[in-house]
Amino acid sequence: MSDRTADAAIVLEDVRRSFRTGRRSVEALAGVSARAARAQITGLVGPDGAGKTTLMRLIAGLLRPDAGRIEVLGLDVARNPLGVQSRLGYMPQRFGLYEDLTVRENLELYADLQGLSPGGRAARYAELMRMTGLEPFLSRRAGRLSGGMKQKLGLACTLVNPPQLLLLDEPTVGVDPVSRRELWQIIEHLVRDARATVLFSTAYLDEAERCDQVLLIHEGRLLGSGPPEHFTAAMKGRSFIATAPIGRRALQERLARTPGVLDTVIQGGRVRVVTTGDSPGRQGIAAAVPDLTLTPIAPRFEDGFVARLRARGPDGSAALAAPASSGSAPTGEPAEASAGREAIIRVSEVTRRFGEFTAVDQVSFEVQRGEVFGLLGANGAGKSTTFRMLCGLLPPTEGELRVAGFDLRTAAAVARRRIGYMAQRFSLYGDLTVSQNLRFFSSVYGLSGPQQRRRIEWAGGEFSLGALAEAKAGELPLGFKQRLALACALMHEPEILFLDEPTSGVDPLARREFWRRINALAGQGVTVLVTTHFMEEAEYCDRLLIMAQGRVLTEGTPDAIKAAARGPERPDPTLEDAFIAAIGAAGAPEAA
Amino acid sequence: MRASPRRLLGLMRKEFLQIRRDPSALAIAFVLPALLLLVFGYGVSLDARHVPIALVVPSPDAFTTSFTGQLYGSPYFEPRSFRSIQRAERALAARQVQGVVWLQSDFTRRAESVGDAPIGVFVDGVDANTARIIEGYLRQVWANWLASLARSRGQPPTLVLAEQPRMRFNAEVSSHDYLVPGLIAVIMTLTGALLTALVIAREWERGTMEALMVTPVRVTEILLAKLAPYFALGMGGMLVSVGLAVFLFGVPLHGSFLVLTGCSALFMLAALGMGLLISSAAHTQFAAGQIAIVTTFLPAFILSGFVFDIHSMPLAIRLITHLIAARYFVTLLQSQFLAGDIRSVIVPNAAALALMAVVFLALARARARKRLD
Repeated sequence: MSDRTADAAIVLEDVRRSFRTGRRSVEALAGVSARAARAQITGLVGPDGAGKTTLMRLIAGLLRPDAGRIEVLGLDVARNPLGVQSRLGYMPQRFGLYEDLTVRENLELYADLQGLSPGGRAARYAELMRMTGLEPFLSRRAGRLSGGMKQKLGLACTLVNPPQLLLLDEPTVGVDPVSRRELWQIIEHLVRDARATVLFSTAYLDEAERCDQVLLIHEGRLLGSGPPEHFTAAMKGRSFIATAPIGRRALQERLARTPGVLDTVIQGGRVRVVTTGDSPGRQGIAAAVPDLTLTPIAPRFEDGFVARLRARGPDGSAALAAPASSGSAPTGEPAEASAGREAIIRVSEVTRRFGEFTAVDQVSFEVQRGEVFGLLGANGAGKSTTFRMLCGLLPPTEGELRVAGFDLRTAAAVARRRIGYMAQRFSLYGDLTVSQNLRFFSSVYGLSGPQQRRRIEWAGGEFSLGALAEAKAGELPLGFKQRLALACALMHEPEILFLDEPTSGVDPLARREFWRRINALAGQGVTVLVTTHFMEEAEYCDRLLIMAQGRVLTEGTPDAIKAAARGPERPDPTLEDAFIAAIGAAGAPEAA
Repeated sequence: MRASPRRLLGLMRKEFLQIRRDPSALAIAFVLPALLLLVFGYGVSLDARHVPIALVVPSPDAFTTSFTGQLYGSPYFEPRSFRSIQRAERALAARQVQGVVWLQSDFTRRAESVGDAPIGVFVDGVDANTARIIEGYLRQVWANWLASLARSRGQPPTLVLAEQPRMRFNAEVSSHDYLVPGLIAVIMTLTGALLTALVIAREWERGTMEALMVTPVRVTEILLAKLAPYFALGMGGMLVSVGLAVFLFGVPLHGSFLVLTGCSALFMLAALGMGLLISSAAHTQFAAGQIAIVTTFLPAFILSGFVFDIHSMPLAIRLITHLIAARYFVTLLQSQFLAGDIRSVIVPNAAALALMAVVFLALARARARKRLD
């Protein structure tokens, strides 16, 4: 073994792998060379479809590369997969817990499989349970645990026999911020105390900053590697928070069109701006908008990613093609004007019980026309139940829901016609072409004849889907799938749009493009309701509602919620900090 | 990496806990065979009983009554009286009756004079099998009546041979006794294949297989840990089926229980092996179920000789039947139940089952990979 490999736990040399789907061959990894150092957390960061899971499976010896070499802990994976597997712990994206087995029985099984001697077990279980906080639930069946607890149990099972290398494939996806933070603490603790090597894949870019090293992959290629500071260093002095006495959406719209601006993102009531390196500078931008204040802030990992994507040229920037707005750009903002307030969604004292279990408990809130409203909460907080009741898919046990003026108890079908719904995993028909999907969804909503043709034409132009009309929906890149899903949800020109975690996992440019569309829709008076775990998405909302254990914890604008969490130890809390503080104040959600 | 008894035991314990808590495996092992056995056992019958027939007697008298009395008294027939042959034929065409017995007006005269009284018989031939049975029964009733007629006149029976058929091996000539053992073989083919195919597909669906694969566990251990518990379960299902056959359907068991158990064990291994083989191709429970029904149940139903006689199949099909494990088990079960322990039946068929078990299990092992591609 050379010393070249002695300090690296994983060595990847020009690793390639393609998959066949039907007649097409999709290149999941197009020549990746990288290494991960021992006793560190290496983040495998990239949007969905970047090739993260394929790379994890190759490293675990579950797949064979088409070309290239993979060395793990000094062993060639192709030659000795069992040897590698006995030294590593691997937690697949959907960790296979046996849901019929209790927490202890799951641990016992993995202890048997890992060959842990009976003598050392009691101490090891105690340690793992202390680490994960699962002690009180030892005899509970795994299927009855919350999402966050399941992930922690999965991690505990992987750690039963302390592995030299831990592969974690998106362990924080779909996990609420509280559980996410706990998972991170467990992993950091593990690296510090047990000197384990961790490869952690994630699509959440903020998690990159917690890693020692980052491998940024996109579309099967390595876009950059190094410590996270390496990605942010180039962005130093280029990130600002902008405020101006015009609405935040108008401000973002103006700034985005200003030369020298690389990126704009809404954050609460303000706009985060990143400038290009060779920009006319801060003054040049300040001149573009009257009364603009720019406050410098620290760059973040995402800024580096966006800069890299944009630097790739037309391909990258095409993804951000501004929506071909059908009317005038939304400069005036009816949503933010206080005039003409009209509650389009009204939830009063709604309770929903499933047998003994109360999923939603006396919840009341209102959403105004043209508002972007976010519904947040830990796993099992009652978000999905509330969402389903609002869609008219589930009747409330008590209370009243009115959507667009209709009582959902008596007129669910009428109300549903006013609603567009986009599911998290875009419920498109993969075997149908883009135009067939559009035709199908528009006819489902009762469109026909010239009206239907007009809307399909509109969707083709507005979402730049025209050229792809005959492509199968299942074979589109993720960003285009998302556009198509949104187009399908908008075919019947709904007054209200429901979005379920619409942009978690998509690349940052596609996410920006998506939210610009949503903002434009809100500007036109469409009401948007979002449920999400993803704090980035929450920042885009006009108002947020945070739920826990079926009750409303707090409600307000993102800035107001952040302000409420401000304290001496946290002068400028992030929305995630505020969320965790709000849940913490209400008592441990996991105790339910 | 050596094989480890601890890993194997751990996996088996997990399997037993799952069986105990998730009743779906128990349902496949016990409820499915019992249900199918009841449905098919009561539904499929080759016996003709209470067959509706039309009686046409234009000039009834003591003689005709003594004949029709035989029909009325028979458990096989439910005679209905018609006034004219035309009406009886219409009823036959409308499938209200399955046969017509016509005693022409010279019946009594001929019976008295020559002791030979021909009867007219029409049988609905749509179901050829039943038609032949009805015809046979009628012929026997008529022959018996002629014989008693001759005896009453103090004459030896002239025209009729006194048939005294003696059935070997199924003394009651009950088709249940013949069908139920074969049915058990067909049903257990499905049960065995479903048990292993579905539980492995379930592990793929729930993502537990991927987690198992990166542990030091070996493929052989995973397969063995599936085979052992479901073998026990499958044999339990077999016991339930045999119990139903003997105590509910009243099929006599002439062979020894021990030989029956041994043959069943060999067959169960072959069926579970088919399930394991299916699971290497089907990673969803839906696909596994479909494949199991199409590749095990249907061939077993049609090609095992349980209803459809193999000897009357064309040569090509006859050759294919040799690949059907149920074929050997049907033969074994039928002879075990109805005839007893017959070495010349047991040895070749049990050897064939053992060979099939080995082949299926070896194929399943060869196709199972500790990889996802």
